[in-house]
Amino acid sequence: MKQKLVVIGAGMASGRVLEHLREQAPDQYDITLFNAEPRGNYNRIMLSPVLSGEKTYEEIVTHDDDWYAQNEITCRFGEHVVGIDRDSRTVTGQNGAVSYDKLLIATGSAPFIIPVPGKDLPGVIAYRDLDDTNAMVEASAKGGKAVVIGGGLLGLEAAAGLALRGMQVTVLHLMGHLMERQLDEAAGYLLKKDLEDRGITVMTKAATKAILGEDRVEAVLLEDGTVLDADLVVMAVGIRPETRLATDAHLEVARGIEVNAQMMTSDPDVLAVGECVELDGQLFGLVAPLYDQAKVVAATLIGEEAAFVPKELSTKLKVTGCDLFSAGDFAEGEGREDVIFRDPSRGVYKRLVIEGDRLVGAVMYGDTADSNWFFGLIKDGTDISDMRETLIFGPAYQGGGQADPLSAVAALPPEAEICGCNGICKGQIVQAIEGGATDLGAVKATTKASASCGTCTGLVEQLLQVTLGDGFEMPTAQPVCGCTDLSHEDVRRLIKSQELKSQEAVWQELGWKTVNGCHTCRPAVNFYLLADWPLDYTDDPQSRFVNERNHANIQKDGTYSVMPRMWGGMTTPQELVAIAQAAEKYGATVKVTGGQRIDLLGVRKEDLPAIWADLNRAGMVSGHAYTKGLRTVKTCVGSDWCRFGTQDSTGLGIKLEKRLWGSWTPHKVKLGVSGCPRNCAEATCKDIGIVCVDSGYQIGVGGAAGMDVKEVERLVDVATEEEAIEWTVAFVQLYRENGKYLDRAYKWLAKVGLDWVQEVLTDPAERAALVDRFDLSQSVYQTDPWAERARPDVAQGFQPLADFTLEAAE
Amino acid sequence: MNWTDIGAVTDVPLRGARLVKTQAGCIAVFRTAEDEVFAASNACPHKQGPLSEGIVHGQKVTCPLHNWVFDLNTGEAQGADEGRIAVYPVRIEAGRILLEISALQNRSAA
Repeated sequence: MKQKLVVIGAGMASGRVLEHLREQAPDQYDITLFNAEPRGNYNRIMLSPVLSGEKTYEEIVTHDDDWYAQNEITCRFGEHVVGIDRDSRTVTGQNGAVSYDKLLIATGSAPFIIPVPGKDLPGVIAYRDLDDTNAMVEASAKGGKAVVIGGGLLGLEAAAGLALRGMQVTVLHLMGHLMERQLDEAAGYLLKKDLEDRGITVMTKAATKAILGEDRVEAVLLEDGTVLDADLVVMAVGIRPETRLATDAHLEVARGIEVNAQMMTSDPDVLAVGECVELDGQLFGLVAPLYDQAKVVAATLIGEEAAFVPKELSTKLKVTGCDLFSAGDFAEGEGREDVIFRDPSRGVYKRLVIEGDRLVGAVMYGDTADSNWFFGLIKDGTDISDMRETLIFGPAYQGGGQADPLSAVAALPPEAEICGCNGICKGQIVQAIEGGATDLGAVKATTKASASCGTCTGLVEQLLQVTLGDGFEMPTAQPVCGCTDLSHEDVRRLIKSQELKSQEAVWQELGWKTVNGCHTCRPAVNFYLLADWPLDYTDDPQSRFVNERNHANIQKDGTYSVMPRMWGGMTTPQELVAIAQAAEKYGATVKVTGGQRIDLLGVRKEDLPAIWADLNRAGMVSGHAYTKGLRTVKTCVGSDWCRFGTQDSTGLGIKLEKRLWGSWTPHKVKLGVSGCPRNCAEATCKDIGIVCVDSGYQIGVGGAAGMDVKEVERLVDVATEEEAIEWTVAFVQLYRENGKYLDRAYKWLAKVGLDWVQEVLTDPAERAALVDRFDLSQSVYQTDPWAERARPDVAQGFQPLADFTLEAAE
Repeated sequence: MNWTDIGAVTDVPLRGARLVKTQAGCIAVFRTAEDEVFAASNACPHKQGPLSEGIVHGQKVTCPLHNWVFDLNTGEAQGADEGRIAVYPVRIEAGRILLEISALQNRSAA
């Protein structure tokens, strides 16, 4: 005697149950299958390709009419079940009742509709089944604007599909980055960029307030008041288990229908499977666990032992061209370490999260070819300590040999792409090297590899090394620090060419290996950004060395030195009185410096704002004696007093100092202006030194009197003071725009050559443009940092956060 | 345990630090880019550089005097340098920083 099995819902999970049953016990049950949708089982996760037009419905059907007929399943499709009566063991559909011995509930899930006004307007569609998909296809035929609410898997697939069908699509996402449950911020950023490249507008932190329209949807109103026109609104904020029938039948229901590991509900004759169930507080939305459940359901129905155990899950997004993958747990935490690989030109980001000697999480974007292998390591809890160094390169580089980056490059197949910008693969480069291109420049010239964004330079060099062996000497271009393989010059060039205007953009686009740099790279990047984008980027004090952050020079005992500016080395009795009083008040030691100023040493950090306020009151500002910026302009008394003076060297020095003060430069900049070739201001060993002569001004650059002693080289001779100032400002700006951080001017000149600098500056238009850019930057940065920090609210930050020594004394 | 409120999280700059003075010496309280807080001795074991004035990167700080780098979780010096700074229990509750100061008091009592 056959038993009677009734199944409610013809989705992917119950479909798999039926397959197992018919294979393993073909004659045990008479089966009746209800489905509210007027069709049988299809591959629901392939709805996105149907929406985008890449597949048709027919291609994604899993069980067609023939299959149901052959397997003798009574299909009641398009018929809603209205009730379950567990006492009489019957299921009642719209067209009548049927009795059961065993019942399987597989009602799946329903889309979650956010309760905003207008949610029921025509033109608002949830994205769940084929009918929704068809409705979207139909709506998109008219073109126009679509707003997709929800930046999770479903929402993004809907957005991509609608965009492919020619609609202007905006995605609204409540959280700070897309797919926040599956992706970390970096991958979310890449995904957003990828979608924006496809013309999809992505708005994060966007909360929907209402859907507007008279007879049908016309617009979406956000909490911040933004109104977005919309001909179609797709609601894809999430799903919830469809449990209404189970609740009505008084089965135990929490968020989902509660089942045990055998997939039995609180009634042993009623089983449940799929997205509608809850096991130990967990819900299931991805297909892999549903298929595992289906196996257990079939076994339980046949009377075999089986238990469902939830496993680690992974996610892939099915948007053609957006490859992403995430699995496991990738939150940052104590004892967890990240291994990060970024290749911005290819849009590749991989992050492995390691805890102890296990891989616990993985996020990949752009290249997910090895995702299954990584997923296996997570699932199996494999000990990865032996392959840790090359782990992120994937399975191809494991097994045997030393963890040497060269061996990874050597192991690459000839068709492996090295230069993503120009599509050059390893084989072509090796061929070029064997053909005589034995250095980076020659490889660039013959193959174009690394000639565009330069990110693959390191790989090309490694190929040179592998191919030539000892015949190749690695060039001296050092990476900035351990956080990146790029040199300072590369970073500067890329910040300009890719218009990177924030630290986050630099870390991401240039593939930094650390979260936010280190003490070596961050001050450099901070300078490059503020020098190249003065209006877009804001100087970050936390990326500066202590002296530049506290605007005073820290001394070996932790106290500071304070040095007010004395324009051109000139001062007044009033200033000297104020300095003397401040020195007495704060117990400072007084020292006359080589830069014609007065230094107050031994000031405590807590007293800095107060001494600054005192000096400010006497009209003095910071002397920037602590910056990589303009320090001092040393002068002699010139034609004002000196019987040999040819020009007003003091006046020119003051003008230059007033023009240049406050500017940040790659390293410190000191100037000197001497009134005659006797050179009392020692101008010829300054970064910029001007020597006045009868016929005008000799401008020399690249002098130094520090670890290296250098005499300036003559940049140009000019006739007037105006020209001298113009050339000086233009030179400083050229150095600001091109110098490597912490290279004094002479070091920079040794790299670029004085000839090149002269060539640039000789062009009047170029000179004027440099001066303009300098003045633009000064409009932001020529402010007295002391005055800003002497304000009581800011000054508070110079005090200890808390002081328990006082309490103890009471 | 003696968890003491020493100020608001926002009193410490992001990727920065503030000083807390105690009988047992100065403590640096750090705040990372991810809004985590750490507390450690302010003095670098090398030449007593004030670590609260260092650059904070990731969960590390670099001494402003000679660039020794310390992991704020363990206090261990990184790289080739050998040394360790004391670290102290600290946590955030409702936007306030709570420092466990009993160790610091004990030492002063001793």
